[in-house]
Amino acid sequence: MLWEPSILSLQVTLVASVLILVFGLSFGIFLARKQFPGQIFISTLLNLPLVLPPSVVGYFLLLALGRGSPIKEWLGINLLFTWQAGAIASAVVALPLMVESTRAAIGSVNSELEAAARTLGSKEAEILWRITLPLAYRGILAGFGLSVARGLGEFGATLMVAGSIPGRTQTLPLAIYDAVQSQNYGLANVMVLLMTTIAFTLLWWVRLLERQKEKGKGKIDAVDSRY
Amino acid sequence: MRLIVDIKKQLPSYLLEVTFDLEGEALGILGSSGSGKSMTLRCIAGIETPTSGKIVLNDQILYDSRKGINLPSRDRKVGFLFQNYALFPHLTVAQNVAYGLKGLSKNATNRRVIEQLEQMKLSGLGDRYPHQLSGGQQQRVALARALATEPDVLLLDEPFSALDTYLRSELEKQLSKTLSSYKGLTLFVSHNLEEAYRICQKLLVLSVGKVVAEGQKQAIFDHPDSLTVAQLTGCKNYSHIQPIAAQKIHAIDWDCTLQTVKSVSSRHTHVGIRAHQITFPETLDQPNTFPTWLVWTSETPHRMTLYLKLGEPPTDPDDYHLQAEVFKEKWERLKNRPMPWFTHMEPSKLLLLNP
Repeated sequence: MLWEPSILSLQVTLVASVLILVFGLSFGIFLARKQFPGQIFISTLLNLPLVLPPSVVGYFLLLALGRGSPIKEWLGINLLFTWQAGAIASAVVALPLMVESTRAAIGSVNSELEAAARTLGSKEAEILWRITLPLAYRGILAGFGLSVARGLGEFGATLMVAGSIPGRTQTLPLAIYDAVQSQNYGLANVMVLLMTTIAFTLLWWVRLLERQKEKGKGKIDAVDSRY
Repeated sequence: MRLIVDIKKQLPSYLLEVTFDLEGEALGILGSSGSGKSMTLRCIAGIETPTSGKIVLNDQILYDSRKGINLPSRDRKVGFLFQNYALFPHLTVAQNVAYGLKGLSKNATNRRVIEQLEQMKLSGLGDRYPHQLSGGQQQRVALARALATEPDVLLLDEPFSALDTYLRSELEKQLSKTLSSYKGLTLFVSHNLEEAYRICQKLLVLSVGKVVAEGQKQAIFDHPDSLTVAQLTGCKNYSHIQPIAAQKIHAIDWDCTLQTVKSVSSRHTHVGIRAHQITFPETLDQPNTFPTWLVWTSETPHRMTLYLKLGEPPTDPDDYHLQAEVFKEKWERLKNRPMPWFTHMEPSKLLLLNP
C-alpha cells in the first residue's frame, strides 16, 4: 500500500505548508520588527519544538486539541485522530525553522535601505512589501523549504495526535514504521527511497537558494561597500 | 524656507547638542568623524530620535519633545542622500527614482523620472540596476531619487566620501549646479573643509557634539575664535602664548616674541598661523621675522610643505616649529638660498585663539 500514505502525506504537507507560511512568516516578521518586553521569552517558546522530544510536543498538542481545550469545547471541532491534526503537528514542529529563517533574512536587509524608503514617504507596511521582503525572499524561501522537509518527515507528534490509521491518518513516515513492524521490507524500501528522494530534493533546492542569496548579496554589497 | 533645530541627543560617549536657525541658504556641517554631524542629519530626517529639543521646518513642527510631537520620516518632506547612497538593489534606476512619487498617473510618473534622469545626465540608464553603475552614477541616481519628491530640505551625508578624487570634483560641480536650481534648504555634512567651503555659504563646526562655530564661511576661516575651530578649518601651526603687552605676545612653543594687530585678552591661550600665510623675505627688517632652518620637506604635485625651525639649527627631523606651504615655483627660487632663511609671520594673519 504505497498509494494511500503518499496521498495522505501530500495532503498533510500541503496544509502544514500553508500553516507554516502564514504563521512562520508572521511570527518571523513580528520578531524581526518589534522590540518588546518578553521578546526573548516568546522566541524561546517558539523554538521549543526544535529540541523537545516529539512525544512532549504531541502531549501539548493533545492538551490543545483534545477534551477540555477551547477548540473542542467551545467550537465543537474534533481534530484528534484526523489527518488535519497531523498537519497541525507537522506545522508546529517545523515552525521554528521558518520563524528563525524569516527573522534572520529580514534582519540581514540593510536598515539604511529601509530608512531611505521612509524618507521617501513609505509607510511601514509598504516598506515591508516593496523593500524588505523582496530583498529577503531567498532566505525566507530557503527557510520554507527546510520547514516543509521537516514537516514531511514528522513522526512522533503526529503519531500522538493523529494516530496511525491506514487510509485516514497514516502518512509515509508512519507507514514505513508499520511496514517494518510487519516485516514488509519490499514496501518499506520503496517508501524509504521515496522519502529520501523528496527530502534530498528539498534540501538541494534550499542549498541552491542559499548560494544564489550569497551571489545576490555580493551584488548588493558591491553597492554598499563604499562605506 | 526656514529650519530651526535645537536638539540634544545622548550618544554612548557624549551628549550631542546642536542649535541653529537656517533660512534660505546651504549650510555646511563640518566636523571630524564621530563629532555628531551625521547624527544631526539623521535626527532631522527622523531616522533617529533626539533625546530632547525641537525641530521646526517652515512653521511645521517635525519634533518637539515637550509637546510630544515626533513626525515620522515619511511626513517630514526631507530628502536624504546617504553616505552609501542606499539605492534599492532589486529595483532598476527608473524604479529607484520613481519610488517616492505618490499619487501620480503612470504617464506623469514616467515623465518625471525621465526628467530627473536627464537633469542628472543619466538618460538611457533607467533600465539598469544599481550594481551595474559606477560609483558616480549611483550617487547621481540617489540624488535624483531624493529630489524627485521635491523635498523642502535636502540632507547630504558626506556624499563624496566614497568617490575617488577625480570623480569627486566632477560630481561636486554637478551638485553645485543642481543645488543652485533647488528651491529648498540644503544641509551638507562633510569632514572635508574645502568641499564644504566650496558648496555652502554658511558653515557650522561641530566638535565632540558641540557647536564650536557658526556663521558665514569666510568669517569662520578668517577669524576662528578657538583652537578647535582653527584646527578643524585646517590651521596647522599653533603655540601656547604668554601676553607681554596689549599687542605683543611670547609664543612659548615657537620660542619667539610676536606682534599682533588684535589686542590680546586673558581668554587667549594660543596663537596660530595658517601654513600658506608664512612668507620668506630676504631681509630681517619687518616685524615678526626670524632666522629659520629648514628641517625637512614633503612634496605634493603642486606644492611643497616645509618644516621649519626658528632661531637655531634643528637637532633631529622632529625638531621643528612651523609648517609652511609654498607653490613649487616659489620653492624653486627658495631652495638655493643659504641657511638660515628668514621667516615672516604677518601680524594681521596671526590668529589669537581661545582654548
